[in-house]
Amino acid sequence: MSLSALFVLIMLGATVTYMLGRSRSLALANNLGGIRHLHSLPLYYGAQAALWCLIPCLALLAIWVAFDDSIIRQIAIQYLPEDKQNLAPQELSLLLNTIENIAGGVTSLKATPEMQAIADRVVSLQRLSSILLSAIVLSSLVLLSGWGWSKVKPEYRARNSVEKTFMIFLLGCSTLAIFTTVGIVFSVLFESIRFFEIIPLTDFLLGTQWSPQTAIRSDQVGSSGAFGAIPLFTGTMLISFIAMVIAVPTGLMTAIYLSEYANNKVRVVVKPMLEVLAGIPTVVYGFFAALTVAPMIKNALHGLELSLLSFSIGPLDVSGESALAAGLVMGVMIIPFVSSLSDDVINAVPQSLRDGSYGLGSTQSETVKKVILPAALPGIVGAILLAVSRAIGETMIVVMAVGTAARLTANPLESVTTVTVQMTTLLIGDHEFDSAKTLAAFALGLVLFVITLGLNFFALRIVKKYREQYD
Amino acid sequence: MENNTITDINDIKETVGIPLVDNAKMSMRDVDVFYGEKQAIFGVSLDIGVNEVIAMIGPSGCGKSTFLRCLNRMNDTIEICKVTGQLHLEGQNIYDSKLDVVPLRARVGMVFQKPNPFPKSIYDNVAYGPRIHGLAARRADMDEIVETSLRKAGLWEEVKDRLHQPGTGLSGGQQQRLCIARTIAVSPEVILMDEPCSALDPIATAKIEELIDELSENFTIAIVTHSMQQAARVSHRTAYFHLGKLVEVNETEKVFTNPDHSLTEAYITGRFG
Repeated sequence: MSLSALFVLIMLGATVTYMLGRSRSLALANNLGGIRHLHSLPLYYGAQAALWCLIPCLALLAIWVAFDDSIIRQIAIQYLPEDKQNLAPQELSLLLNTIENIAGGVTSLKATPEMQAIADRVVSLQRLSSILLSAIVLSSLVLLSGWGWSKVKPEYRARNSVEKTFMIFLLGCSTLAIFTTVGIVFSVLFESIRFFEIIPLTDFLLGTQWSPQTAIRSDQVGSSGAFGAIPLFTGTMLISFIAMVIAVPTGLMTAIYLSEYANNKVRVVVKPMLEVLAGIPTVVYGFFAALTVAPMIKNALHGLELSLLSFSIGPLDVSGESALAAGLVMGVMIIPFVSSLSDDVINAVPQSLRDGSYGLGSTQSETVKKVILPAALPGIVGAILLAVSRAIGETMIVVMAVGTAARLTANPLESVTTVTVQMTTLLIGDHEFDSAKTLAAFALGLVLFVITLGLNFFALRIVKKYREQYD
Repeated sequence: MENNTITDINDIKETVGIPLVDNAKMSMRDVDVFYGEKQAIFGVSLDIGVNEVIAMIGPSGCGKSTFLRCLNRMNDTIEICKVTGQLHLEGQNIYDSKLDVVPLRARVGMVFQKPNPFPKSIYDNVAYGPRIHGLAARRADMDEIVETSLRKAGLWEEVKDRLHQPGTGLSGGQQQRLCIARTIAVSPEVILMDEPCSALDPIATAKIEELIDELSENFTIAIVTHSMQQAARVSHRTAYFHLGKLVEVNETEKVFTNPDHSLTEAYITGRFG
């Protein structure tokens, strides 16, 4: 029986159990003289019975499916001839894959008779496993359903029990994010450790040269590779700084206008439009940066250059992929982020403080400057830190608008590169996963992760502390 | 039930008692207030005399707070609120489109229901108004304003050693007196108080009431309160509002002993409210 059919059967069984449990509780209630003599509503008895057969059956199904293949693999190894059993792990795995492909009939390879024999046995094992699974799941479905039905008693606290199950379910959902985070951290961490075995940590963190081309063959020249990450991080900081210079004042002023000055008519128009800005895919911002803003800056500065030359100050070297263009566009992208967070923070300042200030005869701007901003400042700082971590992690705009030359410079007109851009270029294309070049991407990712995690952590703590002031 | 003795609200055509006085600081005539389509105040005419304490009482939602907030145009912050009629402060129409609302609020200060000190030091809280209006040229002048205001608000002895600690760290009653000090620091002529004691315990309330008594020597005070005892203790005249209409204004003693209107009597004897 196929997995989906089993799943549907389990669901059907649970539904039937629900109805049985409910009708049994109703029958019991009738005997006692009304639903009020039961501890819980009939619906809870039904739900409890259904949950009792649903959860174990689904768990069984999941566990079986998870371990099914690896157990069959282990058995298949036993069937292999002695010499094949002692192969290197990678070759053994390749061989087993071939056998499984033959068994599944998805290969064009000519199978040798002995391979065909093993494949046949694998097929029969898979069939056996499937039959066993169906039998066990179905019988436990029936048993559990009967057991759940028998547990329906007037004094049984089904309502509390369902509540608890629901809570555990919610808990499971919320821990999913935590486990994912932990998983990501470990996957990045292990690859980074491999990288740091090849390149020392100090060279990586303190080196000022970045040219990640390593030699593929030993006789290649000039490709020793240099993995100093400082130019990447300065590039990232330069672009983020330009972005924040644009986004923070604009976003903050927007938030102040929207929450303090704008009347309802303006607010219902402007707020959704800002949200549209936040909803534009970053790759589109990337086009905008690469095709519109960067040439504009280049042309504008070219004109400036000509006039400057007449004073013989010297030529301005404007790159077509300047950090300025990417930073400007990224700043525009972050404006709605800053403004909506600051708007929340400003709105959290109690109206009574505004009333107090207006009541003393201060104007709106005096109230904003002297009462609202000081009160909201910690929250605004938190919002800005969150925006910084967003800017640092942003990839698409910089990939499209920024070059890949790792230059250690503070000149916004030059082309720089960022951590995220290097990570994408390192991982694009076919590379073996044990070269320093590919592993460097993980090390960069780890450092980036630590930085943004730290920023978010501080930002959230500041925001939280600020919230407590008024609650 | 003696409901038949209570006049129907629709029968209130004119305010009974003495709504108008000779030496009026503020005089209001035929004031209507609308929140969008809904009318909250119906044709209220009332004078507030110089250095008088007038209490406004009435059941919840009767419009007494709304009326109070008209007197320094705090209702301007509510977009849908519209005020018509004449409201004069010493003969000047305060809803005149040419009038600047900022100095008006300096002349007619307000103390709110919930103490709302700014998240600043005690000193800065009191100095806030004088700084905005440029009342002190030198540091010493400001110190003097802060000290006198805190003294007048009866808070100086309690806070003189910790002027630079946050005002939010004071107790509820102290916070409310700080807010009163903050209001009188800009030397207003009229002080509006919107249920200033409703968030305070009886001892703090007693202190504020004592303070109101002292303040009435120099200021004109309009106070909205839910506590009839408080109205009886602190005010000279009492105005009774009912469903947006001003039913009766009389000497406080008369209102609480022998009111002219049956609705007032029903309210003060606790038959509704």
